[in-house]
Amino acid sequence: MIGSRRNFVGLGIALLALGLAAPLMPRWLLSLVTIALGQGLVALGLLLLMRAGLVSFGQGLYFATGAYAVGLASERLGLKDAALQVLLGGLAAAAMAAVLGLLLARYRAIFFAMLSLAFSMILYGILVKSAALGSTDGFGVTVHSVFGLDAREGLGRYGVYGLSALSAFAAAVGIDRFLGSYLGRLGPAVRDNELRVEYMGASVHGVVYVNLVLAAGLAGVGGALTALEVGHIDPEMAYWTTSGEFVFVAILSGTSSVAAPFLGAFLLVLLRSYAKQHAPNTWQLVMGATMLAVILFLPEGLWSIFRSRKRRAA
Amino acid sequence: MSTILAVLVDGVIYASWMFIIASGLTLIYGVMRILNMAHGSLYALGAYAAASLAGAWLRAGRAPMGSYLMLVLAAVLVGLVLGPLIERGLLRYCYGRDEVVLVLVTYALFLVLEDVVKLVWGVESYFISEPYGLLGTLDVGPLSYPWYSFAIVAAAVAAGLGLWWTITRTQHGKLLTAVIHDREMSAALGINVRLIYLVTFTAGTMLAAIGGALTAPTVSVVPAMGVEVIVLAFAVIVIGGLGSMPGAALGALLVGMVHAAAVHFFPEIELFSIYLAMALVLLVRPRGLFVAVEARKI
Repeated sequence: MIGSRRNFVGLGIALLALGLAAPLMPRWLLSLVTIALGQGLVALGLLLLMRAGLVSFGQGLYFATGAYAVGLASERLGLKDAALQVLLGGLAAAAMAAVLGLLLARYRAIFFAMLSLAFSMILYGILVKSAALGSTDGFGVTVHSVFGLDAREGLGRYGVYGLSALSAFAAAVGIDRFLGSYLGRLGPAVRDNELRVEYMGASVHGVVYVNLVLAAGLAGVGGALTALEVGHIDPEMAYWTTSGEFVFVAILSGTSSVAAPFLGAFLLVLLRSYAKQHAPNTWQLVMGATMLAVILFLPEGLWSIFRSRKRRAA
Repeated sequence: MSTILAVLVDGVIYASWMFIIASGLTLIYGVMRILNMAHGSLYALGAYAAASLAGAWLRAGRAPMGSYLMLVLAAVLVGLVLGPLIERGLLRYCYGRDEVVLVLVTYALFLVLEDVVKLVWGVESYFISEPYGLLGTLDVGPLSYPWYSFAIVAAAVAAGLGLWWTITRTQHGKLLTAVIHDREMSAALGINVRLIYLVTFTAGTMLAAIGGALTAPTVSVVPAMGVEVIVLAFAVIVIGGLGSMPGAALGALLVGMVHAAAVHFFPEIELFSIYLAMALVLLVRPRGLFVAVEARKI
């Protein structure tokens, strides 16, 4: 169930487990989990949109905005602390959506998907052509400090990981609450029947707009965390195939739980790191086939396997 | 003056190339309500098949002129094999589902096809440039263009006229129009909707493949060559209005001109000029130029 106390406890336990496991995990696994949490945040944003019946093939726009905001913050603004950079990334992406959303919120279905894709391709085109931002090569990002801790020694080395875990926890709890609220519940209602929502006296435009901005903020935070962990940003982050991967994770996870996008993202990141080594030319094939299977046989996402079993038992 | 001439000619050539691909995409959407994300992969498959077939033809030392025939043959083969395979093997299980779900299904198909290309042809690039130069060049004012570019223009005009004639002037076209308007009613009146879907998808696939096959001599055929084409084709048909054939033609012309003008006057916005044009058109006409706004259904 969305918005229940049990979810809060469950997510708290997950956060605790992530914290306790940190010293036990090898460096590569820490890195994978961090990246998965970042991607999961973007997919969580897509979950919001998908509950309102919208699929965005342009989340890369906000993902890249968040990432570039981090890069520019440390290069140009002298903002060195990673926590502040991530916050800035999320805000920058949300601000971008607040402007574009005025236009995007008028569209639905395919038009929404295509227009958001077009916007992300515009950003891609701009980034590729701006020499000041490193053109196609992008530029490197260094983590200086996290919450005031030096990122090169002691506890600070787990800084970005911890920051990801905290962001993911905060986002999951916050979105869980939001989905249980009046505004959040209007999302699925808009998907089912817009006209009736308006007859009820609610603003469909407003619902879509709020979901858009929230989703963009999450994607921005995800992009910022990814930039910090990978240590490099490039225009590829805004390309439509990047957005496509987020859609893949969101489809895999379904829309019934706020924890699912993170698990879905972890699955993707884990599989990808193996597949890129051992089967670089069949990786997309596996991804595509999985996606087809999920759409055709598990339209509620992988998560529904657990649910239907529980329902049968009850 | 010569710059404007160059923009016009470049624009028409680019528009023709775009129209061949986009007409297939809009045909499939218009009839089946499927926005086919895998269209770009079909374009790439057409290019690969053409490069292989025409390459084999030329290596065998046969008449170079025959390579043009091989290009077209390759595209037809790709259409005839993959069209029915995809429609019968996958898409028919998804009819009646939400349009957005079908976008996701074809996106998954796109991922699969991208790797199929790599598995069949490997990751190295293919060159088949002979047909490009074979026809010589034509001087347009101070500029010199290969005749091959105008062959693409001719192919686009032929494809456009052929589609227009088939849809508006033949019995098959009338049946098609009936299915577009009301699928269930048409089926009830005894129109073989299944067959029409099959033929439509195959024709759309073939158009994508022809676009790829005709492009193969002008570029190096590499993996992921369809990735950008699909979003360009989307822009074209969204500008014109999804499912509208005149819309696709106008959209292609607009995109072609915008692209050519950007290349000549503002090279820094070349990459995204097309998406900018699309966003501007949608701002004024939310459903594209050729589609009337529909009343909402409760």
